[in-house]
Amino acid sequence: MFEIIAFYLFAFLTIAMFSITVFTKNALYALSSLAAGMIFISAFFFLLEADFLGVVQIIVYTGAVMALYAFGMMFFDSINDVTERIANPKVVFGLTGMIALLIVVIFAAPIIGENVQAYYPVHPTYGNAQDVGLVLFTKYLIPFEVAAVMLLVAMIGGIILAGKKMDVSFTEMDEQEIDNHKSDYEITKDVK
Amino acid sequence: MILNDYLILSTIIFVIGLIGVLRRKNLIMLFFATEIMLNAVNIALAAISKFHGDLTGQMFAFFIIAIAASEVAIGLGLLILWFKRRNSIDLDTLQSMEG
Repeated sequence: MFEIIAFYLFAFLTIAMFSITVFTKNALYALSSLAAGMIFISAFFFLLEADFLGVVQIIVYTGAVMALYAFGMMFFDSINDVTERIANPKVVFGLTGMIALLIVVIFAAPIIGENVQAYYPVHPTYGNAQDVGLVLFTKYLIPFEVAAVMLLVAMIGGIILAGKKMDVSFTEMDEQEIDNHKSDYEITKDVK
Repeated sequence: MILNDYLILSTIIFVIGLIGVLRRKNLIMLFFATEIMLNAVNIALAAISKFHGDLTGQMFAFFIIAIAASEVAIGLGLLILWFKRRNSIDLDTLQSMEG
């Protein structure tokens, strides 16, 4: 009973939040409703007894990814409404429906077939975190290490890409220096 | 709650993300829509993992989260570079060849 109420409550909230993210014109509304939706999604992981995954969802998505997006927002003009020109909406929605149907078939066909065997069964006596750790550090050790290297590469790449020309601080210059710097920058921009 | 309920919910959320990917022209909004789609798949994987008593689904959800995190780091870096050059993150300004 409790599970059914929780499922429908969080399903409604998640769908509402993500609809706001997709359909709003304001970038800040989209960001905050996306963060709320991520937290509501972690509720499903707790309902599905994937406690560790739920905690990781909250920490990584609403902690790291949303903070990164909020940081990125400072570089873009997020105050103005997002203006978008959509050429023909009927084609877009028709395509969406077709692809969605295809995905349902792809996902549901092998799962409903009932001949799925559990390679790494859940141990009822262990907790979820212990179980996950056991499988992650034995069967999935190499993908885990590759994922670690990939995160390191992504971190270095992000720093190098975003950190260009951040060695100058406009707050520590006086007006004349800022004007000189800006005109230099404009010239390099035009040359490109 | 049976497996199909979770799969239907996951599909609905995936379709919301898909609509976003198809109709958004602003690049950062496009990123939000891809995050929604990744999360929808995570729900489906966790549900299948629970109802078949197999931990592989949760493992894949972890790797999807790791990939999403690195995608955001690289993507935002590229987006900041692009915004510095063109002063806009609209998809229509992304074409430089007049075709």
